Amino acid sequence: MDQGRASERLLTQRKGQKRQSERKGKIIVYTAATITIVATLAVTFFLTQRGLQSFFVSGINPLEFFTSANWNPSGADPSYGALAFIFGSLAVTLLSAIIVAPLGIGTAIFMTEIAPRWGKRILQPVIEILVGIPSVVYGYIGLTVLVPWIRDTFGGSGYSLVAGVVVVSVMILPTVTTLSADSLKSLPDGLRDSSYALGATRWQTIRRVLLPAAIPGLLTAVILGMARAIGEALAIQMVIGNTRIIPDSLLDPAATMTTIITLNMGHTTFGSAENNVLWTLGLLLMVMSYILVLTVRYLASRRKV
Amino acid sequence: MQRRKLADKTATVVLTMFAAIIVIILTALLGYVLSLGIQQVNWDFLTSKSSSFRAGGGIQDQLFNSFYILLWTMIFTIPLGLAGGIYMAEYAKDNRITAFIRICIETLASLPSIVLGMFGLLIFVNATGMGYSILAGALTLTIFNLPIMIRTCENALRAVPLELKEGGLALGYTHWRTITTVLLPSAFPSILTGIILSCGLVFGEAAALLYSAGMTTPKLDFGNLNPFASDSPLNIMRPAETLSVHIWKVNSEGIIPDLRDVADGGAAVLVTVILIFNISARVFGSWLHKKLTAK
Repeated sequence: MDQGRASERLLTQRKGQKRQSERKGKIIVYTAATITIVATLAVTFFLTQRGLQSFFVSGINPLEFFTSANWNPSGADPSYGALAFIFGSLAVTLLSAIIVAPLGIGTAIFMTEIAPRWGKRILQPVIEILVGIPSVVYGYIGLTVLVPWIRDTFGGSGYSLVAGVVVVSVMILPTVTTLSADSLKSLPDGLRDSSYALGATRWQTIRRVLLPAAIPGLLTAVILGMARAIGEALAIQMVIGNTRIIPDSLLDPAATMTTIITLNMGHTTFGSAENNVLWTLGLLLMVMSYILVLTVRYLASRRKV
Repeated sequence: MQRRKLADKTATVVLTMFAAIIVIILTALLGYVLSLGIQQVNWDFLTSKSSSFRAGGGIQDQLFNSFYILLWTMIFTIPLGLAGGIYMAEYAKDNRITAFIRICIETLASLPSIVLGMFGLLIFVNATGMGYSILAGALTLTIFNLPIMIRTCENALRAVPLELKEGGLALGYTHWRTITTVLLPSAFPSILTGIILSCGLVFGEAAALLYSAGMTTPKLDFGNLNPFASDSPLNIMRPAETLSVHIWKVNSEGIIPDLRDVADGGAAVLVTVILIFNISARVFGSWLHKKLTAK
C-alpha cells in the first residue's frame, strides 16, 4: 500500500512542471480513449438509426416483424415476419450453451483442480489454438464432415439445426473453458485447504465448496460463450440449410438472424424495405449482445461484494 | 465412506474424459484439415490466380489480400491500442468516465463481427463513398481488434513491477518519459505476444469483411507497385477478397468444379498461417523475455 503511495506522491509533485513531452503524451492517450468512446457510440447510434428505418420509413409493423414467421419480402404482397430467424438464433445459442456449459466447466475443473500441470502444458495451448481457428474453417469442416454424416445416419439433407448447434458448440467450447478456468483459479486457496482439512474428498470439495463459490464467474463464462454463439455467422450459414420457416425438429434445416443478413445483404437494394429489415435484424443482434454484456457486468459487481 | 470415494473416482474419470474430448477435437480438426490440404497445396496453388468458374485456380491474390489487410489493420490498431492501453493503465482515474470507457471496450469486444461488418458497410463503404475497399476492410477490422489490443496493452503495463515505475519517477523523469523509457520496454514481450495472437484472429476473420472489403478482387498486376494504380496490388482503394472470404465464397456459390480442392487447400493454408502466428507468439515472447531480463 505504501508503495502505491510512493508513486502517487512522485506523480503529484510533478504536477507543477508542464514539460512538452508530458503534454504530447497526454494528448496521444486521451485521443485514443476518445476514439474508443466515439467508435462505440457511432456503432450504436448509426446501427440504431438505420435499424429503425424498416419501422419508420418502410412502415413495417413491429408486431408482425417480431411475432410472424411469414418471411416473403419479394412476393406480390410482401411480408416481413422475422420470427423464424429470431427463433433460429435463440435455439442455436441456448442449445449450444446447454451442451458446452458442462463440458467447458468440467474441463476447467480438470485443468485447475485435477491435473494442473497437464492443464498448463497441454490443455492451455490446445485451447488457445482452438480459439484462433477461423470460423470459416469450422464451417467448412461442418459442411464436409458433419453434414454428410447426419445425412447418412438420420436421413434428410443433413443441413440442419443440429449441425449448426454442433459447429457453434465446438467454437464456443474453448471460450467457456478458459473463462471458467480463470474464475476457478481466482478462488482463494484457503477454500480448498480448509475443505480438505475437514476430510472432504476432492469431488466433495469441488461440488460443495469450489463450484458454489465460483458460480458468478462460471455464469459469466457461459454468457460470454453465448454472446459469441449468437453473433456467429458464416460457420452456421454453411451448415444450417438456410430456410425461412421455423424447423419442426433438430434435423430440419433452419436459419438465424446472422445467416439471413449474410445471404441477403449483398443482393438487396440499399434503402429498400427488404434491405431495411436486415438492418433491423442487425440492430436486434447488437441489442442482444449489449444485454449479455450488461448481465456480465451485473454478475461482476455481485462478485466483488 | 465407500460411496463418497466412488463418487470421487467417477467424477475424476468423467472430468478427465471431458478434457480428453477437447484434445481429441483439436487433433482431429487439425489432422483433417492439414492432411486433406497437403495434397492440394503446392507452389503453383499458392502463386496462381483463382478462377471464378474453371478448375485449377490458385489463391495467390487472396493470400496477398489477407496479409495486406492485416498489415493495414495493424498500422491503425497498434498505435491506437497502445495509447488506449497506456491511458487505461496509467492515466485513467477511478471515475465515471473510466467506467464508461470500460463498458465501451467490453461492448465493442462482444459485438458480433457481422454487425461490425454492417457498420463498416454503412459508414466506411457507403457514407464516405470509398466503396468496397481494403481501407474500409482494415478500418472495420480495427474496430474489431481495438478492444483486444487495449486490454492486452493495459494488462501488460499493469504487470510491470511498481518499483520500476518509481525508479523512473525518482530519477526525475516525467510521467510520460517514465512510460516510454521504463514501462513500455519491460512490458514489450507481453505486448508483442498479444499483437501476434491478434494477428491470427484478424487474418482468419471473414464475416466483418464480406461487406467492407468486398468479395471480389480486380485483375492485379504484381509488377505495378504504384499504390494509386487501379491494378496495383498495393492500392488500398480497391476491393479485396481475403483467403477466409474466398473459402466461404467458393463453398456457398459452388460454381467452380474443383471446389473441394480449392477449399481444402485454402483451409490448410489458413490454418497453417494461424498456427505459425500462435507458435511464434509463444516462442518469440519467451525468447524476448529471456533476452531482455538477462535470465
